[in-house]
Amino acid sequence: MAERLTVNPIECEGHGACAELLPELISLDEWGYPIIDDHPVPPFLERDARAAVSACPTLALRLQRQ
Amino acid sequence: MTAATTGMPAEGTATELPRLLPVSGQRQEDWRAHVARHGRLPYRDAPGRLITDMRQAGLTGRGGAAFPVHRKLTAVLDAANERRRTPVVIANGAESEPASDKDATLLWLAPHLVLDGLQLAAEATGADQAILYTHAQRREDVGKRLRQAMAERAAVGIDRVPVELAESPARFLSGQETALINHLGGGPAIPTFMPPRVTERGLGGAPTLVQNVETLAQLALVARHGPHWFRQVGTKTEPGSMLCTIRRADGSPRIAEVPMGIPLRDVLGPVSHDGAVLIGGYHGTWAPAGEAAQLTLDNQSLSAVGARVGAGVLITLPADRCGLAETARTVRYLALESAGQCGPCLNGLPRIAAALAELAGPRPGRHARADVERWSGLVTGRGACHHPDGTARFVRSALITFAPELDRHARGRCAATNSKPFLPIPRGSARTEEDWL
Repeated sequence: MAERLTVNPIECEGHGACAELLPELISLDEWGYPIIDDHPVPPFLERDARAAVSACPTLALRLQRQ
Repeated sequence: MTAATTGMPAEGTATELPRLLPVSGQRQEDWRAHVARHGRLPYRDAPGRLITDMRQAGLTGRGGAAFPVHRKLTAVLDAANERRRTPVVIANGAESEPASDKDATLLWLAPHLVLDGLQLAAEATGADQAILYTHAQRREDVGKRLRQAMAERAAVGIDRVPVELAESPARFLSGQETALINHLGGGPAIPTFMPPRVTERGLGGAPTLVQNVETLAQLALVARHGPHWFRQVGTKTEPGSMLCTIRRADGSPRIAEVPMGIPLRDVLGPVSHDGAVLIGGYHGTWAPAGEAAQLTLDNQSLSAVGARVGAGVLITLPADRCGLAETARTVRYLALESAGQCGPCLNGLPRIAAALAELAGPRPGRHARADVERWSGLVTGRGACHHPDGTARFVRSALITFAPELDRHARGRCAATNSKPFLPIPRGSARTEEDWL
Protein backbone atom coordinates (compact mmCIF):
# COMPACT_ATOMS: atom_id res chain seq x y z
CA MET A 1 0.00 0.00 0.00
CA ALA A 2 1.26 3.47 -0.90
CA GLU A 3 2.62 5.61 1.88
CA ARG A 4 3.11 9.36 2.05
CA LEU A 5 5.38 11.49 4.18
CA THR A 6 3.73 14.00 6.48
CA VAL A 7 5.20 16.37 9.00
CA ASN A 8 3.56 17.68 12.11
CA PRO A 9 4.49 21.35 11.73
CA ILE A 10 4.04 22.02 15.45
CA GLU A 11 6.49 19.30 16.47
CA CYS A 12 8.99 20.09 13.73
CA GLU A 13 11.88 22.26 14.93
CA GLY A 14 13.77 22.35 11.67
CA HIS A 15 16.71 20.12 12.58
CA GLY A 16 16.95 19.16 8.93
CA ALA A 17 18.05 15.55 9.34
CA CYS A 18 15.23 14.38 7.07
CA ALA A 19 16.41 16.47 4.13
CA GLU A 20 19.89 15.08 4.48
CA LEU A 21 18.72 11.48 4.43
CA LEU A 22 16.03 11.89 1.78
CA PRO A 23 16.93 14.78 -0.53
CA GLU A 24 14.86 13.16 -3.30
CA LEU A 25 11.62 13.97 -1.47
CA ILE A 26 12.53 16.57 1.15
CA SER A 27 14.13 19.97 0.74
CA LEU A 28 14.55 22.74 3.28
CA ASP A 29 13.09 26.22 3.01
CA GLU A 30 15.21 29.27 3.71
CA TRP A 31 14.52 28.97 7.44
CA GLY A 32 15.50 25.31 7.62
CA TYR A 33 12.03 23.75 7.70
CA PRO A 34 11.23 20.80 5.46
CA ILE A 35 9.25 21.07 2.24
CA ILE A 36 7.90 17.62 1.60
CA ASP A 37 6.91 16.00 -1.64
CA ASP A 38 3.47 14.67 -0.83
CA HIS A 39 3.29 12.12 -3.62
CA PRO A 40 3.33 8.47 -2.56
CA VAL A 41 6.83 7.36 -1.63
CA PRO A 42 8.19 5.25 -4.54
CA PRO A 43 9.31 1.72 -3.54
CA PHE A 44 13.00 2.40 -4.20
CA LEU A 45 12.97 5.20 -1.61
CA GLU A 46 11.01 3.42 1.10
CA ARG A 47 14.10 2.46 3.06
CA ASP A 48 15.49 5.98 3.00
CA ALA A 49 12.08 7.34 3.96
CA ARG A 50 11.97 5.07 6.99
CA ALA A 51 15.48 6.15 7.94
CA ALA A 52 14.43 9.81 7.71
CA VAL A 53 11.41 9.14 9.90
CA SER A 54 13.54 7.44 12.57
CA ALA A 55 16.15 10.18 12.43
CA CYS A 56 13.72 12.99 13.24
CA PRO A 57 14.69 14.20 16.74
CA THR A 58 11.17 15.47 17.51
CA LEU A 59 9.28 12.57 15.90
CA ALA A 60 7.52 15.11 13.68
CA LEU A 61 8.02 13.18 10.45
CA ARG A 62 5.73 10.30 9.73
CA LEU A 63 4.90 7.84 6.98
CA GLN A 64 1.19 7.59 6.54
CA ARG A 65 -0.69 4.87 4.79
CA GLN A 66 -3.25 6.24 2.35
CA MET B 1 -45.86 21.20 25.04
CA THR B 2 -46.76 21.06 21.38
CA ALA B 3 -45.15 22.30 18.22
CA ALA B 4 -48.54 23.34 16.84
CA THR B 5 -47.59 26.97 16.47
CA THR B 6 -44.76 26.16 14.12
CA GLY B 7 -46.54 25.55 10.83
CA MET B 8 -45.41 26.82 7.46
CA PRO B 9 -45.59 30.57 7.19
CA ALA B 10 -48.32 32.02 5.01
CA GLU B 11 -47.62 31.99 1.28
CA GLY B 12 -45.44 34.87 0.21
CA THR B 13 -43.54 35.33 3.46
CA ALA B 14 -40.90 32.69 2.80
CA THR B 15 -38.75 35.03 0.72
CA GLU B 16 -38.96 37.89 3.18
CA LEU B 17 -35.83 38.96 4.99
CA PRO B 18 -34.69 39.26 7.67
CA ARG B 19 -35.32 35.77 8.89
CA LEU B 20 -32.78 35.73 11.71
CA LEU B 21 -32.63 39.29 12.93
CA PRO B 22 -35.63 41.04 14.50
CA VAL B 23 -37.86 42.69 11.91
CA SER B 24 -37.85 45.99 13.75
CA GLY B 25 -34.12 46.22 13.22
CA GLN B 26 -32.56 46.85 16.56
CA ARG B 27 -34.94 45.60 19.24
CA GLN B 28 -33.78 42.55 21.16
CA GLU B 29 -36.08 39.57 21.07
CA ASP B 30 -36.94 38.25 24.52
CA TRP B 31 -38.43 34.79 24.97
CA ARG B 32 -42.00 35.96 24.49
CA ALA B 33 -41.24 37.94 21.32
CA HIS B 34 -39.14 35.06 20.04
CA VAL B 35 -41.93 32.49 20.45
CA ALA B 36 -44.53 34.88 19.05
CA ARG B 37 -42.48 35.31 15.91
CA HIS B 38 -40.91 31.90 15.35
CA GLY B 39 -43.11 29.53 17.30
CA ARG B 40 -41.98 26.94 19.81
CA LEU B 41 -38.89 24.85 19.58
CA PRO B 42 -39.66 21.83 17.37
CA TYR B 43 -37.84 18.99 19.11
CA ARG B 44 -37.74 15.83 16.98
CA ASP B 45 -37.55 13.46 19.95
CA ALA B 46 -34.84 11.31 18.42
CA PRO B 47 -31.23 11.80 17.37
CA GLY B 48 -30.61 11.97 13.66
CA ARG B 49 -33.99 13.02 12.29
CA LEU B 50 -33.02 16.64 11.81
CA ILE B 51 -30.09 15.61 9.64
CA THR B 52 -32.28 14.72 6.66
CA ASP B 53 -33.83 18.18 6.79
CA MET B 54 -30.41 19.81 6.81
CA ARG B 55 -29.29 17.76 3.84
CA GLN B 56 -32.37 18.68 1.83
CA ALA B 57 -32.08 22.33 2.84
CA GLY B 58 -28.42 22.42 1.82
CA LEU B 59 -27.49 24.49 4.86
CA THR B 60 -23.76 25.16 5.08
CA GLY B 61 -21.65 26.60 7.89
CA ARG B 62 -21.78 30.38 8.18
CA GLY B 63 -18.52 30.72 10.08
CA GLY B 64 -16.46 30.91 6.91
CA ALA B 65 -15.74 27.41 5.63
CA ALA B 66 -19.24 26.71 4.26
CA PHE B 67 -19.01 23.04 5.21
CA PRO B 68 -22.34 21.18 4.80
CA VAL B 69 -24.09 21.03 8.17
CA HIS B 70 -25.63 17.60 7.60
CA ARG B 71 -22.19 16.07 7.02
CA LYS B 72 -20.82 17.43 10.29
CA LEU B 73 -23.90 16.27 12.20
CA THR B 74 -23.60 12.82 10.61
CA ALA B 75 -19.88 12.59 11.41
CA VAL B 76 -20.52 13.35 15.09
CA LEU B 77 -23.46 10.98 15.33
CA ASP B 78 -21.51 8.17 13.63
CA ALA B 79 -18.45 8.70 15.84
CA ALA B 80 -20.70 8.66 18.91
CA ASN B 81 -22.28 5.37 17.87
CA GLU B 82 -19.03 3.71 16.88
CA ARG B 83 -17.14 4.72 19.97
CA ARG B 84 -20.09 4.67 22.37
CA ARG B 85 -19.19 8.15 23.57
CA THR B 86 -21.78 10.84 24.22
CA PRO B 87 -20.96 13.90 22.09
CA VAL B 88 -20.60 17.55 23.02
CA VAL B 89 -22.03 20.44 20.98
CA ILE B 90 -20.42 23.86 20.88
CA ALA B 91 -21.85 27.07 19.50
CA ASN B 92 -18.93 29.08 18.16
CA GLY B 93 -19.49 32.79 18.67
CA ALA B 94 -15.81 33.70 19.06
CA GLU B 95 -15.93 35.84 15.91
CA SER B 96 -12.26 36.65 16.23
CA GLU B 97 -12.15 38.36 12.83
CA PRO B 98 -11.86 42.02 13.87
CA ALA B 99 -13.79 43.32 10.86
CA SER B 100 -16.80 41.08 11.53
CA ASP B 101 -19.61 41.93 13.90
CA LYS B 102 -22.47 39.77 12.66
CA ASP B 103 -22.22 37.03 15.30
CA ALA B 104 -22.11 39.47 18.21
CA THR B 105 -25.07 41.29 16.67
CA LEU B 106 -27.04 38.07 16.27
CA LEU B 107 -26.30 37.01 19.86
CA TRP B 108 -27.31 40.44 21.05
CA LEU B 109 -30.55 40.72 19.07
CA ALA B 110 -31.77 37.14 18.76
CA PRO B 111 -30.05 34.97 21.38
CA HIS B 112 -32.97 32.54 21.58
CA LEU B 113 -32.63 31.48 17.96
CA VAL B 114 -29.01 30.48 18.59
CA LEU B 115 -29.91 28.72 21.84
CA ASP B 116 -32.75 26.89 20.04
CA GLY B 117 -30.29 25.73 17.39
CA LEU B 118 -27.89 24.55 20.08
CA GLN B 119 -30.63 22.43 21.70
CA LEU B 120 -31.69 20.96 18.35
CA ALA B 121 -28.10 20.19 17.37
CA ALA B 122 -27.61 18.49 20.74
CA GLU B 123 -30.71 16.41 20.14
CA ALA B 124 -29.68 15.54 16.57
CA THR B 125 -26.32 14.21 17.71
CA GLY B 126 -27.41 12.76 21.05
CA ALA B 127 -25.21 15.18 23.00
CA ASP B 128 -25.77 15.74 26.71
CA GLN B 129 -23.63 18.85 27.05
CA ALA B 130 -23.72 22.17 25.21
CA ILE B 131 -21.37 25.13 25.34
CA LEU B 132 -21.84 28.63 23.99
CA TYR B 133 -18.43 30.12 23.27
CA THR B 134 -18.30 33.90 22.85
CA HIS B 135 -15.70 36.58 22.39
CA ALA B 136 -14.74 38.07 25.75
CA GLN B 137 -14.04 41.65 24.78
CA ARG B 138 -16.15 42.26 21.71
CA ARG B 139 -19.19 43.68 23.38
CA GLU B 140 -19.26 43.79 27.13
CA ASP B 141 -22.94 43.19 27.51
CA VAL B 142 -23.36 40.12 25.27
CA GLY B 143 -22.55 37.81 28.17
CA LYS B 144 -25.12 39.53 30.36
CA ARG B 145 -27.70 39.36 27.59
CA LEU B 146 -27.08 35.65 27.13
CA ARG B 147 -27.39 34.91 30.84
CA GLN B 148 -30.69 36.80 30.79
CA ALA B 149 -31.92 34.73 27.83
CA MET B 150 -30.84 31.52 29.54
CA ALA B 151 -32.72 32.51 32.69
CA GLU B 152 -35.85 33.11 30.59
CA ARG B 153 -35.49 29.63 29.11
CA ALA B 154 -34.91 28.05 32.50
CA ALA B 155 -38.13 29.67 33.73
CA VAL B 156 -40.19 27.93 31.03
CA GLY B 157 -38.11 24.75 31.15
CA ILE B 158 -37.56 24.59 27.42
CA ASP B 159 -33.96 23.33 27.35
CA ARG B 160 -33.30 19.60 27.48
CA VAL B 161 -29.52 19.85 27.58
CA PRO B 162 -27.71 22.17 30.02
CA VAL B 163 -25.85 25.04 28.39
CA GLU B 164 -22.61 26.45 29.70
CA LEU B 165 -21.23 29.88 28.73
CA ALA B 166 -17.55 30.21 27.94
CA GLU B 167 -15.44 33.14 26.79
CA SER B 168 -12.67 33.13 24.26
CA PRO B 169 -9.55 35.25 24.62
CA ALA B 170 -9.37 38.21 22.24
CA ARG B 171 -6.99 36.56 19.80
CA PHE B 172 -7.42 36.19 16.04
CA LEU B 173 -7.16 32.39 16.18
CA SER B 174 -9.48 31.90 19.17
CA GLY B 175 -12.37 30.74 17.02
CA GLN B 176 -10.31 28.19 15.08
CA GLU B 177 -11.83 24.80 15.82
CA THR B 178 -8.88 23.05 17.47
CA ALA B 179 -7.86 26.24 19.33
CA LEU B 180 -11.37 26.45 20.74
CA ILE B 181 -11.22 22.81 21.89
CA ASN B 182 -7.81 23.44 23.49
CA HIS B 183 -9.11 26.45 25.35
CA LEU B 184 -12.31 24.81 26.58
CA GLY B 185 -10.15 21.94 27.80
CA GLY B 186 -8.33 24.39 30.05
CA GLY B 187 -5.38 25.21 27.79
CA PRO B 188 -4.38 28.16 25.65
CA ALA B 189 -6.53 28.97 22.59
CA ILE B 190 -3.92 27.81 20.09
CA PRO B 191 -4.46 25.33 17.26
CA THR B 192 -3.36 21.72 17.32
CA PHE B 193 -2.36 19.49 14.44
CA MET B 194 -5.16 17.38 12.98
CA PRO B 195 -6.05 14.52 12.64
CA PRO B 196 -8.12 13.30 14.35
CA ARG B 197 -10.97 15.60 13.50
CA VAL B 198 -12.86 17.14 16.40
CA THR B 199 -16.03 15.48 15.10
CA GLU B 200 -14.33 12.22 16.14
CA ARG B 201 -12.20 13.32 19.08
CA GLY B 202 -12.80 16.80 20.36
CA LEU B 203 -13.46 18.16 23.83
CA GLY B 204 -12.25 15.67 26.44
CA GLY B 205 -11.91 13.11 23.65
CA ALA B 206 -15.66 13.11 22.94
CA PRO B 207 -17.08 13.47 19.43
CA THR B 208 -17.63 17.21 19.18
CA LEU B 209 -19.86 19.35 17.00
CA VAL B 210 -18.60 22.89 16.56
CA GLN B 211 -20.98 25.15 14.66
CA ASN B 212 -20.94 28.88 14.17
CA VAL B 213 -23.74 30.66 16.06
CA GLU B 214 -25.41 31.90 12.87
CA THR B 215 -25.38 28.39 11.47
CA LEU B 216 -27.25 27.20 14.57
CA ALA B 217 -29.80 30.01 14.22
CA GLN B 218 -30.33 29.00 10.58
CA LEU B 219 -30.69 25.39 11.69
CA ALA B 220 -33.36 26.38 14.21
CA LEU B 221 -35.36 28.01 11.40
CA VAL B 222 -34.98 25.08 8.99
CA ALA B 223 -36.19 22.80 11.78
CA ARG B 224 -39.33 24.93 12.06
CA HIS B 225 -40.12 25.75 8.45
CA GLY B 226 -38.50 22.96 6.49
CA PRO B 227 -35.96 22.67 3.66
CA HIS B 228 -38.33 24.00 0.99
CA TRP B 229 -38.84 27.22 2.91
CA PHE B 230 -35.09 27.61 3.38
CA ARG B 231 -34.47 27.32 -0.36
CA GLN B 232 -36.95 30.06 -1.23
CA VAL B 233 -34.05 32.49 -1.11
CA GLY B 234 -30.46 32.13 -2.27
CA THR B 235 -29.11 30.26 -5.27
CA LYS B 236 -29.75 26.67 -6.25
CA THR B 237 -26.30 25.49 -5.17
CA GLU B 238 -25.90 27.95 -2.27
CA PRO B 239 -29.36 28.36 -0.78
CA GLY B 240 -30.62 30.50 2.08
CA SER B 241 -29.66 33.83 3.55
CA MET B 242 -26.57 34.97 5.36
CA LEU B 243 -25.53 37.70 7.75
CA CYS B 244 -22.95 40.16 6.47
CA THR B 245 -20.82 42.84 8.04
CA ILE B 246 -20.67 45.64 5.51
CA ARG B 247 -18.23 48.49 5.84
CA ARG B 248 -18.74 51.11 3.20
CA ALA B 249 -16.21 53.79 2.47
CA ASP B 250 -18.34 56.48 4.07
CA GLY B 251 -19.30 55.08 7.41
CA SER B 252 -19.46 52.60 10.25
CA PRO B 253 -20.24 48.87 9.96
CA ARG B 254 -23.71 47.72 9.11
CA ILE B 255 -25.06 44.23 9.68
CA ALA B 256 -27.42 42.97 7.00
CA GLU B 257 -29.12 39.68 6.30
CA VAL B 258 -29.05 39.12 2.56
CA PRO B 259 -29.95 36.27 0.23
CA MET B 260 -27.00 34.24 -1.01
CA GLY B 261 -26.37 35.28 -4.60
CA ILE B 262 -27.35 38.92 -4.13
CA PRO B 263 -25.50 41.24 -6.57
CA LEU B 264 -22.50 42.68 -4.72
CA ARG B 265 -23.30 46.13 -6.03
CA ASP B 266 -26.57 46.01 -4.08
CA VAL B 267 -24.64 45.28 -0.90
CA LEU B 268 -21.66 47.56 -1.39
CA GLY B 269 -23.57 50.59 -2.66
CA PRO B 270 -21.82 52.97 -5.01
CA VAL B 271 -18.15 52.12 -5.51
CA SER B 272 -15.60 53.97 -7.56
CA HIS B 273 -14.60 51.88 -10.54
CA ASP B 274 -10.88 51.97 -9.79
CA GLY B 275 -11.37 51.40 -6.05
CA ALA B 276 -11.00 48.15 -4.16
CA VAL B 277 -13.14 45.93 -1.98
CA LEU B 278 -12.13 43.33 0.56
CA ILE B 279 -14.22 40.17 0.39
CA GLY B 280 -14.16 37.74 3.32
CA GLY B 281 -12.09 39.62 5.89
CA TYR B 282 -8.40 39.38 6.80
CA HIS B 283 -8.05 35.86 5.46
CA GLY B 284 -9.99 37.01 2.42
CA THR B 285 -9.35 38.63 -0.91
CA TRP B 286 -8.91 42.13 -2.24
CA ALA B 287 -10.61 42.67 -5.57
CA PRO B 288 -10.90 45.65 -7.89
CA ALA B 289 -14.24 47.32 -7.15
CA GLY B 290 -15.22 47.45 -10.81
CA GLU B 291 -14.82 43.68 -11.12
CA ALA B 292 -16.44 42.92 -7.78
CA ALA B 293 -19.50 44.99 -8.72
CA GLN B 294 -20.21 42.50 -11.52
CA LEU B 295 -20.28 39.52 -9.14
CA THR B 296 -22.84 38.01 -6.81
CA LEU B 297 -22.46 36.99 -3.16
CA ASP B 298 -21.89 33.24 -3.53
CA ASN B 299 -18.76 31.14 -3.81
CA GLN B 300 -19.47 30.13 -7.38
CA SER B 301 -19.49 33.73 -8.58
CA LEU B 302 -16.74 35.01 -6.27
CA SER B 303 -14.31 32.34 -7.47
CA ALA B 304 -13.87 34.57 -10.56
CA VAL B 305 -11.67 36.83 -8.43
CA GLY B 306 -10.34 34.01 -6.24
CA ALA B 307 -12.58 35.07 -3.37
CA ARG B 308 -14.98 33.26 -1.07
CA VAL B 309 -18.01 34.41 0.86
CA GLY B 310 -16.27 33.49 4.13
CA ALA B 311 -18.07 34.87 7.17
CA GLY B 312 -19.64 37.67 5.13
CA VAL B 313 -17.24 40.54 5.66
CA LEU B 314 -17.45 43.07 2.82
CA ILE B 315 -15.38 46.22 2.97
CA THR B 316 -15.06 49.09 0.52
CA LEU B 317 -11.71 50.80 0.72
CA PRO B 318 -12.22 54.58 0.76
CA ALA B 319 -10.77 56.25 -2.33
CA ASP B 320 -8.45 58.43 -0.25
CA ARG B 321 -6.70 55.49 1.47
CA CYS B 322 -3.67 53.48 0.38
CA GLY B 323 -4.50 49.80 -0.06
CA LEU B 324 -0.87 48.84 0.45
CA ALA B 325 -0.64 50.70 3.74
CA GLU B 326 -3.89 49.10 4.93
CA THR B 327 -2.68 45.65 3.90
CA ALA B 328 0.73 46.12 5.52
CA ARG B 329 -0.84 47.24 8.80
CA THR B 330 -3.25 44.29 8.78
CA VAL B 331 -0.58 41.74 7.94
CA ARG B 332 1.57 43.05 10.78
CA TYR B 333 -1.37 42.31 13.07
CA LEU B 334 -1.84 38.84 11.52
CA ALA B 335 1.86 38.07 11.98
CA LEU B 336 1.65 39.06 15.64
CA GLU B 337 -1.42 36.85 16.02
CA SER B 338 0.43 33.75 14.81
CA ALA B 339 0.54 31.23 17.62
CA GLY B 340 4.21 30.80 16.69
CA GLN B 341 4.05 27.02 16.74
CA CYS B 342 4.91 26.21 13.14
CA GLY B 343 8.25 27.22 11.62
CA PRO B 344 7.01 28.54 8.26
CA CYS B 345 4.33 30.74 9.89
CA LEU B 346 6.64 31.91 12.70
CA ASN B 347 9.39 32.85 10.24
CA GLY B 348 7.39 33.77 7.16
CA LEU B 349 4.63 36.04 8.40
CA PRO B 350 6.85 38.65 10.12
CA ARG B 351 9.07 38.79 7.03
CA ILE B 352 6.07 39.22 4.76
CA ALA B 353 4.78 41.96 7.06
CA ALA B 354 8.11 43.79 7.06
CA ALA B 355 8.48 43.63 3.28
CA LEU B 356 4.89 44.84 2.85
CA ALA B 357 5.61 47.78 5.16
CA GLU B 358 8.52 48.59 2.86
CA LEU B 359 6.27 48.33 -0.20
CA ALA B 360 3.73 50.59 1.48
CA GLY B 361 6.38 53.27 1.96
CA PRO B 362 8.20 55.38 -0.62
CA ARG B 363 10.81 53.79 -2.92
CA PRO B 364 10.92 50.27 -1.49
CA GLY B 365 13.93 48.02 -2.09
CA ARG B 366 14.10 46.22 -5.42
CA HIS B 367 13.53 42.77 -3.95
CA ALA B 368 10.63 43.50 -1.60
CA ARG B 369 7.88 42.56 -4.05
CA ALA B 370 9.50 39.30 -5.15
CA ASP B 371 10.24 38.45 -1.52
CA VAL B 372 6.59 38.87 -0.54
CA GLU B 373 5.49 36.69 -3.45
CA ARG B 374 8.01 33.97 -2.67
CA TRP B 375 7.34 33.90 1.07
CA SER B 376 3.58 33.85 0.48
CA GLY B 377 4.03 30.71 -1.58
CA LEU B 378 6.40 29.24 0.97
CA VAL B 379 4.08 29.51 3.99
CA THR B 380 0.97 28.21 2.22
CA GLY B 381 -0.22 24.78 3.31
CA ARG B 382 2.55 24.37 5.86
CA GLY B 383 0.87 25.25 9.14
CA ALA B 384 -1.16 23.20 11.59
CA CYS B 385 -4.02 25.61 10.92
CA HIS B 386 -4.93 27.82 7.97
CA HIS B 387 -3.51 31.03 9.38
CA PRO B 388 -0.53 31.14 7.01
CA ASP B 389 -2.71 30.14 4.04
CA GLY B 390 -5.34 32.78 4.74
CA THR B 391 -2.75 35.47 5.33
CA ALA B 392 -0.94 34.56 2.10
CA ARG B 393 -4.21 34.72 0.14
CA PHE B 394 -4.90 38.20 1.53
CA VAL B 395 -1.35 39.33 0.69
CA ARG B 396 -1.27 37.96 -2.85
CA SER B 397 -4.64 39.50 -3.69
CA ALA B 398 -3.28 42.85 -2.48
CA LEU B 399 -0.24 42.60 -4.77
CA ILE B 400 -2.57 42.01 -7.73
CA THR B 401 -5.32 44.48 -6.86
CA PHE B 402 -2.95 47.25 -5.84
CA ALA B 403 -0.42 46.66 -8.63
CA PRO B 404 -0.82 50.23 -9.98
CA GLU B 405 -0.20 51.55 -6.47
CA LEU B 406 2.93 49.36 -6.16
CA ASP B 407 4.25 50.99 -9.32
CA ARG B 408 3.49 54.45 -7.96
CA HIS B 409 5.30 53.67 -4.70
CA ALA B 410 8.31 52.45 -6.70
CA ARG B 411 8.46 55.97 -8.19
CA GLY B 412 8.15 57.52 -4.74
CA ARG B 413 4.49 58.44 -5.08
CA CYS B 414 1.23 57.38 -3.43
CA ALA B 415 -2.35 58.01 -4.56
CA ALA B 416 -3.69 58.25 -1.02
CA THR B 417 -4.39 61.56 0.66
CA ASN B 418 -5.48 60.22 4.03
CA SER B 419 -3.14 58.16 6.21
CA LYS B 420 -5.66 57.58 9.00
CA PRO B 421 -6.02 53.78 9.54
CA PHE B 422 -9.25 52.39 8.11
CA LEU B 423 -9.40 48.62 8.63
CA PRO B 424 -10.15 47.85 12.29
CA ILE B 425 -7.22 46.31 14.16
CA PRO B 426 -7.50 45.41 17.85
CA ARG B 427 -5.00 46.92 20.23
CA GLY B 428 -2.37 44.81 21.88
CA SER B 429 -0.76 41.55 20.86
CA ALA B 430 -0.06 38.38 22.79
CA ARG B 431 3.11 38.60 24.82
CA THR B 432 2.86 35.71 27.23
CA GLU B 433 0.92 32.47 27.26
CA GLU B 434 -1.62 34.11 29.58
CA ASP B 435 -2.81 36.23 26.66
CA TRP B 436 -4.05 33.03 24.99
CA LEU B 437 -5.98 31.83 28.03
